[in-house]
Amino acid sequence: MNLTLKVWRQKNAHATGALQSIAAPDVSPDMSFLEMLDVVNERLIGQGEEPIAFDHDCREGICGACSLVIDGVPHGPERGTTTCQLHMRHYQDGAVVTVEPFRAAAFPVLRDLVVDRGAFDRIQAAGGFVSVRTGGAPDANALPIAKSAADLAMDAASCIGCGACVAACKNAAAMLFVGAKVSQFAHLPQGQPERDRRVLQMVAQMDREGFGACTNLYECEAVCPKEIAVRVIAELNRDYRGALLRNED
Amino acid sequence: MEDAGVRGQHPGMARTVGRVLQSSLGLKFVMALSGAGLVGFVVGHLVGNLLVFKGSNGDAINAYAQGLKDLGAGLWVMRGGVLACAVAHVAAAGLLTRRSRAARPQGYAIDKAIAATYAARTMRVSGVLVLLYVIYHLVHFTFGGADPAAFHQMLPDGRHDVYNMVVVGFQHPLVAGVYLVAQVLLGVHLSHGIQSAFQSLGLVTEPYRRLTQWGGRALAAVLVVGFVAIPLAVQLGVLLPIQR
Ligand code: HEM
Ligand code: FES
Repeated sequence: MNLTLKVWRQKNAHATGALQSIAAPDVSPDMSFLEMLDVVNERLIGQGEEPIAFDHDCREGICGACSLVIDGVPHGPERGTTTCQLHMRHYQDGAVVTVEPFRAAAFPVLRDLVVDRGAFDRIQAAGGFVSVRTGGAPDANALPIAKSAADLAMDAASCIGCGACVAACKNAAAMLFVGAKVSQFAHLPQGQPERDRRVLQMVAQMDREGFGACTNLYECEAVCPKEIAVRVIAELNRDYRGALLRNED
Repeated sequence: MEDAGVRGQHPGMARTVGRVLQSSLGLKFVMALSGAGLVGFVVGHLVGNLLVFKGSNGDAINAYAQGLKDLGAGLWVMRGGVLACAVAHVAAAGLLTRRSRAARPQGYAIDKAIAATYAARTMRVSGVLVLLYVIYHLVHFTFGGADPAAFHQMLPDGRHDVYNMVVVGFQHPLVAGVYLVAQVLLGVHLSHGIQSAFQSLGLVTEPYRRLTQWGGRALAAVLVVGFVAIPLAVQLGVLLPIQR
């Protein structure tokens, strides 16, 4: 099939960009969206033009490197799917597909469709971890954890940190990401000692990075490729409230 | 932000207050709590207003209005509380809106909403319109500026005739229309706002979150129906002015 792409092209972080129409002929329905872009790029290179810059790594939906807002939806039209796992069979011959970068002040565009998501790393570094003084590894089953608690923690921990939640949010808020990173420890005994400090510092860093304020639109949940639920946002709010009131950290 | 002060001393309230006023989550707590205060006021206000339907000569609502006046300083404390909630709510909304605008300096060529409800996407618009309405409403019925003829309804003993003031006021189709539209806007605002407050305060998680969603919409609907009933009843001739 033959498609027309409208792709955001921007030379570097300081240049002003614009949408460019690019033909994508002979697309196989078996290709992933990124493979389709690879083919388009080979053609562009053959014609002596600049290839489209985009982020990717594992291409199997687990690393969180791929991004793209496709026809207004981060990671495209399929629910619970990363862009690398989106297949061209969902498109029809002749379709016009608009491809834009994730948009947020905290995610500056570096080039074309590539944005700098370092803000997420800095939020993580501010408190999204459990401190461990290394020693002998504890026995795996020495610490009993209820199945229900483990499930909640594991669901939150499936966040791959891609940033689609921010891209989808009308406020460019990072609550689903931060909520997931707080919730994955909040249900486990290992997360308790640093619980207040974690949430206070991660929220402070989130605000410092210039993310917006949540208005509970729940767009984030709808686009999350790992289908993280907005209950993690309620948990983030609850933990922050508790930490404020305890005021111990 | 690590300002623990003298060793061994508890950091104190000042730090918590600072965090509430400076963090996005803290300001959302302010919005949610002040919003809850306003919802409480609106519920009380509706219960009082529905007294226009009680009895045949407007005595019930006039006695209620007199009762409020007799509270004296107490009434002013209540008014102060409502005013504080309103100021806090609008101020927090303004601060958060500014942050969120700055967080997305460049928008999308294709801007889609796939999950957010209409009410959720229009909170700022419905909020500002409700604020304008509240100002008009105060000028109209509290200060008597908008419609002096309706406002200066008196009982034979010289007390303020609230029943006739409301009924005469709502006999203007335009005035009744403004109130009808404003109540629907408030209902739209609250159909998202009530559940949003539960979420922002982190009070419920699954499976109760759905309950706050439907409960919030149900309460909003009850409020709209209750408030709308009064101007509608006047327009339909169910409530008539009483010759004193
Ligand atoms: C009788 C008047 C009002 C009541 C009862 C009310 C109630 C509420 C409640 C309960 C919330 C949810 C708090 C939260 O998001 O966690 C809310 C949110 C909000 N309100 Fe109001 N409000 C009123 C008037 C206003 C006014 C006058 C404005 C603006 C000028 C306003 C703007 C907003 C905004 C922007 C939100 C946040 C939207 C969101 O978080 O989804 N409200 N309101
Ligand atoms: S490239 Fe790794 S998740 Fe898409």
